[in-house]
Amino acid sequence: MQKQLDEEYYRLLHELQAVDFVLVELNLYLDTHPWDTQAIQQFNHCSQNRRQLAQQFESMYGPLMNFGHSYSGAPWQWNDAPWPWQV
Amino acid sequence: MWVYEKKLQYPVRVSKCDPLMAKFLMEQYGGADGELAAALRYLNQRYSIPDKVIGLLTDIGTEEFAHLEMIATMIYKLTKDATPDQLRAAGLGDHYAAHDNALFYQNASGVPWTASYIQAKGDPIADLYEDIAAEEKARATYQWLIDLTDDVDLQDSLKFLREREIVHSLRFREAVEILKEKRDEKIYY
Ligand SMILES: [Fe+2]
Repeated sequence: MQKQLDEEYYRLLHELQAVDFVLVELNLYLDTHPWDTQAIQQFNHCSQNRRQLAQQFESMYGPLMNFGHSYSGAPWQWNDAPWPWQV
Repeated sequence: MWVYEKKLQYPVRVSKCDPLMAKFLMEQYGGADGELAAALRYLNQRYSIPDKVIGLLTDIGTEEFAHLEMIATMIYKLTKDATPDQLRAAGLGDHYAAHDNALFYQNASGVPWTASYIQAKGDPIADLYEDIAAEEKARATYQWLIDLTDDVDLQDSLKFLREREIVHSLRFREAVEILKEKRDEKIYY
């Protein structure tokens, strides 16, 4: 079952991809610069930010993650399209 | 444990059906310097590398799977509307005969992926130098792929992947320096 994808879907998705990109970058940077407290602060700040964004996205378009990292409505939403390569 | 997230790391858009470009992209799917090789190489090396760089190998190895999914998405989108005739004209007739529209871990010439593309030497410096070389080779491949298409949407995603290889290479170089410092302190050996 393919959900109707509106402009808001792409807007929120891009916003999430953007903050997640910052987090990946900071994460890899911190792996080799573990003493940079400013970067750690930025990492924790972005991490909080992404949690809120993901929650907002999921409340509108269903779970992003499996195995209990996201909630599901009924019927079970994990199987719902679209999958990442379909959008 | 790995947990899946139902989104791409970076958007993948293509502006036309282009099975020939899909064929070239298979180099980064199941080729020697491709994303599958990268992910499996780094995650496998973790078990014999000093603690200081296990986190880095875990994170980069995990990110490579996100890149593998982006390449798969490109191939999927470039071929999903192609007829058998179009696939044949693009040199994918043999692929179609064996796999229909399915993706397969093979390089641009149709050679299946093999573990002999990757190495785990048990020597941290040797392993990290291999990883740096792998990133540089992947970066070069992305450049050749960008040169092979005039699809600006596809180029945008490929440029993102090319930049990631540059960052990975840099981080692996820093990891070498961290290990050299440790070696001088005789923490391992
Ligand atoms: Fe990489």
